[in-house]
Amino acid sequence: MSRFSFSNFGNELYSGKRSYGFVEKRKLWFLIAGAAVLLSLLIPVVKGGFNLGIDFRGGSEFTVSNVQDTDITAGEQAVTNVVPEAVPRVTNIAPQTMRVQTERLSDDETLSVRDALIGAYDVTAEDVTSNFVGPTWGEDVSRQAIVGLIVFVALAAVLMAFYFRTWKMSVAAMTALVVVMIVTAGIYSLSDFEVTPSAVIGFLTILSYSLYDTVVVFDKVRENTADLDVSTKRTFGEQVNLAVNQTLVRSINTSVVAVLPVASILFIGALLLGAGTLRDLSLALFVGIIMGTLTTVFVAAPMYAMLRMNEPEIKKQEKRVLHRRSLEESGQEVPAGS
Amino acid sequence: MPRTGPGSAAKRTLVWLGVLFALLAILLGGGSLWSNASWVPKLALDLEGGTQMILAPEVQGGGEEITPEQLDQAVEIIRQRVDGSGVAEAEISTQSGQNVIVSLPGVPDAETRELIQASAQMEFRPVLMGGAGQAPAAETPTPEEELPTPTAEPTDASDPNWITAEVLQEFEATDCTSPEALAPATEPAPPDLPMVACDPGTQGKYILGPVEVMGTQIDSADYGMARGAQGQSLNQWVVNIQFDSEGSEKFREVTERLFAFQQGDPRNQFAIVLDGTIVSAPTTNVVIPDGRPQISGNFTEESAAALAEQLKYGALPISFEIQSEQQISATLGADQLRLGMIAGIIGLILVAVYSLFQYRMLGLLTISSLVVAGVLTYLAICILGWTENYRLSLAGVAGLIVAIGQTADSFIVYFERIRDELRDGRGLVSAVENGWRRAKRTVLASKAVNLLAAVVLYFVAVGNVRGFAFTLGLTAVADLIVVFLFTHPMLRLMAKTRFFGEGHRWSGLDPAKLGVLPFYRGAGRVRHRPVEKLEEDDPRGRKSAAAGEAQRRQTIAERRLAQQEAEQQKAMAARGQGSKEEDNS
Repeated sequence: MSRFSFSNFGNELYSGKRSYGFVEKRKLWFLIAGAAVLLSLLIPVVKGGFNLGIDFRGGSEFTVSNVQDTDITAGEQAVTNVVPEAVPRVTNIAPQTMRVQTERLSDDETLSVRDALIGAYDVTAEDVTSNFVGPTWGEDVSRQAIVGLIVFVALAAVLMAFYFRTWKMSVAAMTALVVVMIVTAGIYSLSDFEVTPSAVIGFLTILSYSLYDTVVVFDKVRENTADLDVSTKRTFGEQVNLAVNQTLVRSINTSVVAVLPVASILFIGALLLGAGTLRDLSLALFVGIIMGTLTTVFVAAPMYAMLRMNEPEIKKQEKRVLHRRSLEESGQEVPAGS
Repeated sequence: MPRTGPGSAAKRTLVWLGVLFALLAILLGGGSLWSNASWVPKLALDLEGGTQMILAPEVQGGGEEITPEQLDQAVEIIRQRVDGSGVAEAEISTQSGQNVIVSLPGVPDAETRELIQASAQMEFRPVLMGGAGQAPAAETPTPEEELPTPTAEPTDASDPNWITAEVLQEFEATDCTSPEALAPATEPAPPDLPMVACDPGTQGKYILGPVEVMGTQIDSADYGMARGAQGQSLNQWVVNIQFDSEGSEKFREVTERLFAFQQGDPRNQFAIVLDGTIVSAPTTNVVIPDGRPQISGNFTEESAAALAEQLKYGALPISFEIQSEQQISATLGADQLRLGMIAGIIGLILVAVYSLFQYRMLGLLTISSLVVAGVLTYLAICILGWTENYRLSLAGVAGLIVAIGQTADSFIVYFERIRDELRDGRGLVSAVENGWRRAKRTVLASKAVNLLAAVVLYFVAVGNVRGFAFTLGLTAVADLIVVFLFTHPMLRLMAKTRFFGEGHRWSGLDPAKLGVLPFYRGAGRVRHRPVEKLEEDDPRGRKSAAAGEAQRRQTIAERRLAQQEAEQQKAMAARGQGSKEEDNS
């Protein structure tokens, strides 16, 4: 029985014995990525928009911990006794934890409802968290987030173009980034989790992670294609593909190592804490890290290869490579390998 | 061990890391002994429990924009109000130049909340009774029969008929030495009725008439040196006020009336009242016809500047709208922190297990590097909590957990490069050096992206995002320090040991497993040769390793030959690998 070994896998990828056609089959990958993007754009439309959290809608929210009797009507009554016209949404978000959401209450009403909930669920004042949000707060957060996003992406594009000495890498990386953002947003919408400021933080982190991952792989691409003009061993596309294959073990290891802690927050957050900072943040990160790794190898690298393939220098080199190969095939026998 | 070379250089680097740790520990230790530093990070409200209000300032009666100076002044006013109300450890800060964030431990009472929201009211009122020289403490009440009874309706704001029995009783009961009396008023006193007020500066106690001029009628205020008749400096600090036209007119009337009272009569004075307490109670030395009064007295430059600031602020009453108010129960905060920590520990264990699975003993270096990075980050957070009042929020904790993956990636990039070098047939020592040269570039470039993200988020984003960005940036720096000062030198030293240097099958750097044929002789036997020497002796291993560089200097014929050779070698290596796998199963 031949056992699968990671180091052997790595060896074969490194030598080129085992090779996945990241660049060769790029049309297929782009098609899949395009379909995923389209689907992700459709999900929120079909679902009627994102499930916006209280920070974006405005309103009052109460979280009651240490609840023994998680009766929903008790919470509803507590609210309507104080504010008869309110329509409270009471949910049992996690074991022993209730969440009560209402429209925006006044300060005094908020305090009274808080007291009523303490009585209704037989807890102490220590156990009740209340959150009152004006309708503009979420807008402020998202506006700043969008400003941050644009500034960061622009600076990162310049940084990459400067470091790699080609703007085509920046373009390829940004394309992958857009795919990551849209698909992550789509899956977030599908999960029906509320969009909270924490989720926004998660999205911003994905930006950084996705570009980070792309830079690592592109650095290997840069290394492999550095002396392309004097080599006739592989074409440009093949060199890019080899670089992606050679860093594949790194990509897998890194994404696993990055996803493991995030997954542990996600599951602990979702199972034990219910809705909240940890859960919302980690879902965005969980999806984003996986997507970031996938788009680097399936979108960014093939896109970069495609963008440069038509350059005259690259074409000339490709001709030389093909010429050498035809010579070898007609002449002596060349061992399989390339 | 030679005195020079990678080994001793690595040791020197490790010593520097030790020095860095010692310095940080001494700094924090000293801080906790002689100052208020702590070995435990400070926690933000969402973990510790408490109230956070985000307030949007609103200029009353106008759509004017708030300038940063006005916002700072507003923060100062809120700080005074909160401190005055006896809430300890309140933190007030501005956010992106437009909002004010108030963080309080526990749940504030309704009074404190109103106090924070209320707009500052500045008023000019005439003094009816009392003054700086009078006893500030509560007095024995005047007997019932001696209480004044107003003889007629007051005719103007200085009329003593304003002093009713109730006002006098309140005046006598007020103790201007007690902090409560000096605290800012929750609700502004009715402007058309007299009030009792204290002057915190002089501990004076006053009865004041109804409001004559509002603070909003001030156009501007500044301070400077008084000028004599010939324009010479009098070496005395004064505060200048400029009223608007309506204010000027009113102030002229007031000073005409007040100037008629003799010096020494309390009714010669007027009081500038802010939030129910007296900022200044000057006497009227002259009728002010042009709306440009000058206040002189025993001002220092600071006190003159402070008064001018307060007067300017009076010209712009700001109230605050609560944008968001969060009262986080201590229970929920503690729960989240506990579960967040559990999640982090589980995450770390999973990462450790995976590293050991992937990199065998080399995985131990990943784990120890993570531990070193963790301790470094912890010390930094404690020190920043002490010096910059940095508080760890839940978003910050999440940032730390996310950082585990990105930190470990630096090691993964490095290890994979070393393996690549080994696959090219290099010996471990030179593979470490060569792999490091290449990995260093990648690590620096990718960490630059991380740092850029952290810096941009920190400066652009609001609220929670900042704490997150901060930890992200902090861990990126810690990661760089650890890779350069710990992981790399450790690996250099480890490369010299027999275990790693000879590529033990559990070392994670076993050349046989990495598909390098020459060391491998089949059936699980590994030919042990000094690795350093092999590198020098074996031309084939060297040629394929340096193929990239050598290619450039070759003629075309040479290059073709070399390529064929290399490909043959790789094919053989692959076949050798295959046979080994069969042997093992």
